[in-house]
Amino acid sequence: MGPLQTGRIALLALLRNKLRSFLTALGIIIGVAAVIAMVAIGEGAKSQVEAAFAAMGTNLLIIMPGSSSSGGARGGFGTQPTLTWDDLKAIQTEMPLVADAAPTLRTQAQVQSEEQNWGTSVQGTTPNYFRIRTWGTALGVPMTESDLDSGAKVVWLGATVAEKLFGAGADPIGQAVRIKGVPFIVSGVLLKKGQSPMGQDFDDTVFIPTSTFKARLQPGLGNFLSGVIFVQVRAGEDTGRAQRAITGLLRDRHRLGQGQEDDFSIRNLAEVASAQQQGADTLSALLASIAAVSLLVGGIGIMNIMLVSVTERTREIGIRMAVGATPAQILAQFLAEALVLALVGGLLGVGLGLFAAQQLSEQFGWPLLVRPDVVALATGFSGLVGVGFGLYPALKASRMDPITALRFE
Amino acid sequence: MSRADVTTAEPTRLTAPPPVVALEGITRVFSLGDVEVHALRGVSLSVQRGEFVAIMGASGSGKSTLMNVVGCLDRPTAGRYLLDGKDVSRQSRAALARTRNQTIGFVFQSFNLLARTTALENVELPLLYAGVGGKERRARATAALERVGLGQRLDHLPNQLSGGQQQRVAIARALVTRPSLLLADEPTGALDTKTSAEVMTLLSGLDDITVVLVTHEHDVAAWAQRVVTLRDGLVLSDVEQPPRRPAPDATHPTEA
Ligand SMILES: Nc1ncnc2c1ncn2[C@@H]1O[C@H](COP(=O)(O)OP(=O)(O)OP(=O)(O)O)[C@@H](O)[C@H]1O
Ligand SMILES: [Mg+2]
Repeated sequence: MGPLQTGRIALLALLRNKLRSFLTALGIIIGVAAVIAMVAIGEGAKSQVEAAFAAMGTNLLIIMPGSSSSGGARGGFGTQPTLTWDDLKAIQTEMPLVADAAPTLRTQAQVQSEEQNWGTSVQGTTPNYFRIRTWGTALGVPMTESDLDSGAKVVWLGATVAEKLFGAGADPIGQAVRIKGVPFIVSGVLLKKGQSPMGQDFDDTVFIPTSTFKARLQPGLGNFLSGVIFVQVRAGEDTGRAQRAITGLLRDRHRLGQGQEDDFSIRNLAEVASAQQQGADTLSALLASIAAVSLLVGGIGIMNIMLVSVTERTREIGIRMAVGATPAQILAQFLAEALVLALVGGLLGVGLGLFAAQQLSEQFGWPLLVRPDVVALATGFSGLVGVGFGLYPALKASRMDPITALRFE
Repeated sequence: MSRADVTTAEPTRLTAPPPVVALEGITRVFSLGDVEVHALRGVSLSVQRGEFVAIMGASGSGKSTLMNVVGCLDRPTAGRYLLDGKDVSRQSRAALARTRNQTIGFVFQSFNLLARTTALENVELPLLYAGVGGKERRARATAALERVGLGQRLDHLPNQLSGGQQQRVAIARALVTRPSLLLADEPTGALDTKTSAEVMTLLSGLDDITVVLVTHEHDVAAWAQRVVTLRDGLVLSDVEQPPRRPAPDATHPTEA
């Protein structure tokens, strides 16, 4: 008797008890659907994290003034500046692993338009900053070297600030705003960048040229940088090496002795990203394992019904044995029934899971992330569950004594 | 006349084909806790090809137990059983199943057809386990059903057939594999006299096949060429008789 024939007999036996077969398969249906939907949720969360890091810029190191242990890692505001323009120059010129580096000067200030007033972070920077962070302008023109050279009083607004000061969808180019009482002309509005992985709004900031910043906002700064340095490393796999090289360079330049702590800290975004990624992976694994448990419960349901079915059909088993079914053939028949139950349940579960994943992704505004390998795995696993939990009832059937089975009422 | 020692006679073994059934000192002991039930106490018996043997005896004398051993549904506790000259008394369960499938056909008192399964599919069942392909299976099952006069009832379910018809389906199922031996344990036990006669006509008309049948009724035993009587797990008597001829009007089973 071929596998096809065995499968056909199994299917016919299951169709004789449609409602019961469906209810039995329901456990598997829900289990598989849960696996697929849960993994889709996990993947969606992961894609959110990935998107946030993509927004930060690629291959980035962020050098912050102050030691990491004294809270300097927060960067900028309230921290004693320790990084200088000469440090920046050295990083730009002496580090072969570094593609580019951009300074930021930074302060917290009120920015006023004709009608509105918004407290935000004001950053002085250079044109290469926008390149490093792959941050384009939505309106107006990008910052240029001549803005820097002339110390022009021009400002680029983050999307959030533009909206707060001028309202959504307005074109503020050429309008005047005041920062700490100094009038600036709006030269551009930046593209929306979204949130940092830590939930900070990237778009709640404005940029002006460093020269203007030093001349108008923080004249006492001298050679120091009041913000962080953004470093773009040439190759993604070199961020760790570049971090160590820059640490060495800055310790030399700051003349830090053996036992002395760094007076700066470097955040390696690739590392933070992978940590966050791991968090998302853990979430995925957790959800998937919860779903797998429900699949297992479905398997127990199959075992339960198969045991009932084997007992009910004792006489049938006796008849089949009397006409010459071998124990192996009886085993195969009942295993096939469990397998068909589990596989049909698995396929229906895939359908339900895909539907649920689609609904969820619409709900959360995520892309529909269904991994084909998970679909295949869930279906395969349900088949395995069918065989695993069908084995004991099938063995029980195959070991029956034909005479006793024939006498069974 | 006793035939118990026929298999041990060397000259017959050399010239004639082996008997279909050759039992030598078969015992079967059931253990129920510390009580032992000796259902068979040493049965020696042989059945030649083409014989029609009836087994009689009081209730509990071991008839069914003997049929189960002969039918390879059970193994003897001791003794030797040669089926078609082959020792089957120590075969594995799987080997016994194949032997049942290829050499033996069963007819039971309670028909034992698969419920919710058509007559045709019931008859196909042994062929299915024999690995016969779909087309041939259908053809052979149809022919077997036609042979028992049920050519018009192929797609009927057991509960749509009368008792006599169900038993004829069971006979067709027993015959479809062309077995050397057909075993029937009280095949007419659940049937009325008229239907019994029909079934017996059918069974005694199977010239090409060896039949061993258990019965309580002398009417039924009268169809056999030979009657073996058991008592307390032993052969009490073994006599040949002129078998009853089917009544002229009962030669062909009716489509009742
Ligand atoms: N599985 C079993 N376990 C224990 N004892 C058994 C078993 N099968 C049969 N026996 C015993 O073996 C003896 C013979 O039983 P068997 O069924 O062969 O009798 P029988 O001649 O077919 O009787 P009947 O005419 O009533 O069918 C009885 O005493 C019975 O109780
Ligand atoms: Mg009996």
